[in-house]
Amino acid sequence: MKISQLSIFLENKPGHLATPCAILADAGINIVTLTLADTQRFGILRLILKEWEKARQILEARGFVTKVTEVVAVQVEDRPGGLRKLLETVEAAGVNIEYMYAFTDRAEGKGVMVFRLDDADEGIVALQNAGVCLLDSEKLYKLAPQAGGH
Amino acid sequence: MSFQWNDHNGSFHPDSAMDFLPDAQLRAIQLQRLRSTIERAYGNVELVRTRMDALGVKPCDIRTLDDIRRMPFMVKNDLRDTYPYGLFACPLSEVVRLHASSGTTGKPIVVGYTQNDMDTWKNVVMRALASAGMHRGDIIQIAFGYGLFTGGLGLHGGAETLGATVIPISGGNSERQIMVMRDFGVTAFACTPSYFIHLIEYAAKMGVDMKTLPLRVGIFGAEPWSEEMRCYIQREANIKAFDIYGLSEIIGPGVGVECPCQNGLHIFEDHFLFEILDPETGDPVPDGESGELVITTLSKEAMPVIRYRTHDITHVIAEPCSCGRSLRRIARIARRSDDMLIIRGVNVFPSQIEAALLKVEKTLPHYQIIVRRDRDMDEMEIRIEVTAELFSDRVSEIERIAARLSHAVESTTGIHAKIRLVEPQTLERSEGKAKRVLDLRNLDTPKP
Repeated sequence: MKISQLSIFLENKPGHLATPCAILADAGINIVTLTLADTQRFGILRLILKEWEKARQILEARGFVTKVTEVVAVQVEDRPGGLRKLLETVEAAGVNIEYMYAFTDRAEGKGVMVFRLDDADEGIVALQNAGVCLLDSEKLYKLAPQAGGH
Repeated sequence: MSFQWNDHNGSFHPDSAMDFLPDAQLRAIQLQRLRSTIERAYGNVELVRTRMDALGVKPCDIRTLDDIRRMPFMVKNDLRDTYPYGLFACPLSEVVRLHASSGTTGKPIVVGYTQNDMDTWKNVVMRALASAGMHRGDIIQIAFGYGLFTGGLGLHGGAETLGATVIPISGGNSERQIMVMRDFGVTAFACTPSYFIHLIEYAAKMGVDMKTLPLRVGIFGAEPWSEEMRCYIQREANIKAFDIYGLSEIIGPGVGVECPCQNGLHIFEDHFLFEILDPETGDPVPDGESGELVITTLSKEAMPVIRYRTHDITHVIAEPCSCGRSLRRIARIARRSDDMLIIRGVNVFPSQIEAALLKVEKTLPHYQIIVRRDRDMDEMEIRIEVTAELFSDRVSEIERIAARLSHAVESTTGIHAKIRLVEPQTLERSEGKAKRVLDLRNLDTPKP
């Protein structure tokens, strides 16, 4: 149930976000979703993509520093309180959320939350026991727009 | 006399006999060669003659080695001012080789070699490699730059004279370096220490474990490096790493080298006379005290260099070395007098920053020190190229590492430093040497 997330180090300078995106686009690699964590000095671009191994190779060959970490993706009902149950479940299991981000699955009209947990295995068990709908990588990658769609 | 050889599988090279001369004999050779060098320079080099005349010193006044102190100094600018051939002591027709510095600031400096000079150079480099435990049968990959820079071709000539198999690969193209190192059964590697650290990381990325290769000896020089860097290299590549010292103005690599004891560099005193002087007063400092290394060539024909101010700071290690060499030792060059930064009145050396960074990280990242003046306040920023080890997908983790680096620098130097992580391969390098310091204070606030 764990998803590989590819992170890239970026300097916080104009134009620095465009380069990796252009490199991936040129290689025909689709991005399911991405988020940018930024500070005044640097940024971390986090990507979910099916061809993360290929993307990593291409980006490292172009001089980027990357890191692959495992995250958990959860489908949430797009209505008030949808997220609350999730957070309570994770908290009750004693698992910390390092960070999270969300995007919408337009086809199903649902939200998708991506969690980086300090203990992914523990978190997955707790969420599954609570009946939460976890997305495996196969389902998640299907959410990618068709070629050229990002 | 008994010699100790640690990891050496053969007897020492016969040409290394000069390394083991009794002291009196060595000093007699030095004096005889010093006198002929000064005579040659006085007779053929206008700059030397004019300065000696101004001081009222004649070649015949040099009767002992201590009389060197009566001679005027030479500095890098003398080489620039006489560009290109003004310091040559022989007709150009006798010069068989020219080298030059890259000349990033102003005109390059040009150095020349007669055939005898080339033989001297090969001899000292050969003895340097033998001192590092190399011998016939070794396969050496020379990743110093070839061309006008003395590093590549200097090592090259000495390695061939030793009888080693030489791979003149020159610098750059890390992937090919690793491939050759692995496929050619390379046993010795020569380059700058910072480039080798880069290669260790690159090899790991390529899935090549340097520890399992036949590589045994590293010959590293052309930039100051620290004991921490040596420990890292020796551990991560499973080799013995030796410091080689030299500068183009004197001959190139091969002025001095470490022996298997790895405790200071033996200077090839039969060809180079050295003094350690107080950089301010020019007076000699007692053995063991730090000062500026000043070198006089004793056998160079094309370009004799007398009392050259190297700006390298070191001290004499007076105790006899257990390797048996009678050549005197100097401590590794950890800093240069012109590298010293005075920040808010505190002396700071790049080597201190390096040691601090290595304390936090097990690898030494590429870094650059930038000093600015904001109104009347000096600001030090250290830019560090992010590595896979430093990088995390969590902001807090990266900020924690930056804080630890900043703390380590502050506790070592007493100066607060802003740590700024930059993308890989974005800091300037030249000839494989990292450019460590960027002092922008004069540019920022021009003096009225």
